[in-house]
Amino acid sequence: MKKSPDLVAINLLGWIIIGFLALVATAPFLILVINSLSSEHSIINYGYQLWPKEFSADAYTMIFENPQRILRVYGITILVTGLGTGLSLLLSSMAAYVVARREVKYRNVLSFFLYFTQLFNGGLVTYYLLVSRDLHLSNTLWVLILVPMFSVMNILILRNFIATSIPESIIESARIDGMDDLGIFFRIVLPLSAPVLASIGLFTALGYWNDWWTPMMFIQKRDLQPLQYTLYQMLASVTYTAQMVGNMPTVNLPKESLKLAMTVVATGPIILIYPFLQKHFVAGITIGSVKG
Amino acid sequence: MTTKILHNRQGFLFEMIRNGRLYAMFMPVAVYFLIFAYLPMTGIVVAFKDFNYQGGIWGSPWNGWDNFRYFIESGKLVQVTINTLLYNTLFLVAYLFFSILVAILISEMGSRLAKKTFQTMLFLPYFISWVTVSALVYNLFNYEYGLMNTLVKGWGMEAVDIYADPNLWPVILPFFYVWKWVGFGSVLFLASIAGQDKECHEAASIDGANIFYRIRRITLPQLKPTIIILLLLGVGRIMRGEFDMFYQLVGTNGNLIDATDIIDTLVFRSLVSTQDFGMSSAAGLYQSILCFVIILAVNGIVRRQDKSQALF
Repeated sequence: MKKSPDLVAINLLGWIIIGFLALVATAPFLILVINSLSSEHSIINYGYQLWPKEFSADAYTMIFENPQRILRVYGITILVTGLGTGLSLLLSSMAAYVVARREVKYRNVLSFFLYFTQLFNGGLVTYYLLVSRDLHLSNTLWVLILVPMFSVMNILILRNFIATSIPESIIESARIDGMDDLGIFFRIVLPLSAPVLASIGLFTALGYWNDWWTPMMFIQKRDLQPLQYTLYQMLASVTYTAQMVGNMPTVNLPKESLKLAMTVVATGPIILIYPFLQKHFVAGITIGSVKG
Repeated sequence: MTTKILHNRQGFLFEMIRNGRLYAMFMPVAVYFLIFAYLPMTGIVVAFKDFNYQGGIWGSPWNGWDNFRYFIESGKLVQVTINTLLYNTLFLVAYLFFSILVAILISEMGSRLAKKTFQTMLFLPYFISWVTVSALVYNLFNYEYGLMNTLVKGWGMEAVDIYADPNLWPVILPFFYVWKWVGFGSVLFLASIAGQDKECHEAASIDGANIFYRIRRITLPQLKPTIIILLLLGVGRIMRGEFDMFYQLVGTNGNLIDATDIIDTLVFRSLVSTQDFGMSSAAGLYQSILCFVIILAVNGIVRRQDKSQALF
């Protein structure tokens, strides 16, 4: 069947507009990668190019010659992301399960207890003083795990999923068979919530991975600093960059291309894996949008 | 018989005994929010104090409304309020417009492969931290080596110092806001479009309505609930800034500060750089209360119109 002209028109329009936007979305990364392979001389003299005049892998060689510091930074980030996401998922879904159960009389009070923190907060000053002065969490691994740990939105999404997708009758019959609440949660609710847990888990993990605010506020110790904050400092200071690759800030240091290469090294893994995880994110956004 | 007796006992204690284990399962999250969200709320009194490190929040002397007076008299209150409102309005409108546009155009594409590929490409910026985005923006705009100036000079024109021109940022910031979020937003609307009834489109098509007419009369009206929810959430957050974005893209650049200072950046800068706890906490409290009032007002209006659309 031949397509009618209006359908051809909208497809054409789609290809032009979406194609252009998709190019805009990805071009900065291509520019980054291609220029990170440019020689320092080329950047200093001709600036960034769409296609570098002189190619060189010096910056990468420099990074991988002395990888201890960067591996440590990656290690901290992976540890915090893994531990934080695991704990967050477990405790969030446990709380969500409680407020989803109809026989819990105060479930609406508990939900509002969580929701109210979205409406009103004590502000940055008191938060900062509490965490650093009263809880003494500065310069600990725990601060990186605890600060971004819970999202009220995610707990409420989990609650809605459990309340609507897990039949009351399953829980009821498990209870009659003598299973206690903890057993029901671990052996029935968790397995049945696997798809939504995967989505929420990925959102949480992304939050941990990209967190630069917590370390900026609470971590001064170098060997506890995670990836994004390290990148931030490297972009801001040549001295810092030099130390990261185990070097002194000499005249010969290819500082501009080193910044680019470091950005690639810090961002690369996410760009490589996100296309495979995308469907879980899409599913998560869809679940979340059902009820604001 | 036994259930009947149980139902007669509705007390708090009885509930705790009966469902104690369930409440215990809620405890970790409850303790977390008590410490990290409710405890800081008690500290808002610091906005009415002359803070010093020895005294802390409770031991520092009171100074009444001095912090607020200073916040107003410095001219900062008006400036950051206007900036925050204007930027957030621009962000919200641009974000909704482009998300809807992208969702509709993608949903009408014939090729599945094209749909998937484009969606993946548009989603990329969502996964990137603002730190990386700041590096990308710097690569494009920096005066000495930036790609834009390389190209501009290549065409024989004068190089532009974007980081020194405050007039450009009300365009640049919304641009990158949309750039980062449109992949996410379009998924929201695509989900909504996928849930729409196809028969309506087919019937209209048989009656001779072309695709543009059908989008305007069938697809768009059905997106209204999603648009309203996102608008409500957006208006509720209108006094909260995208701190990550402003701090990473603009930072503490003196040339741009008047044009790009929002409440969140002021609060942060006062706390971290100038250690001005008074200004910082006064501005923070001002923001919290304003947000709270706006949310209640918006919710009240919506509730009166249509109860099911209200947030609470």
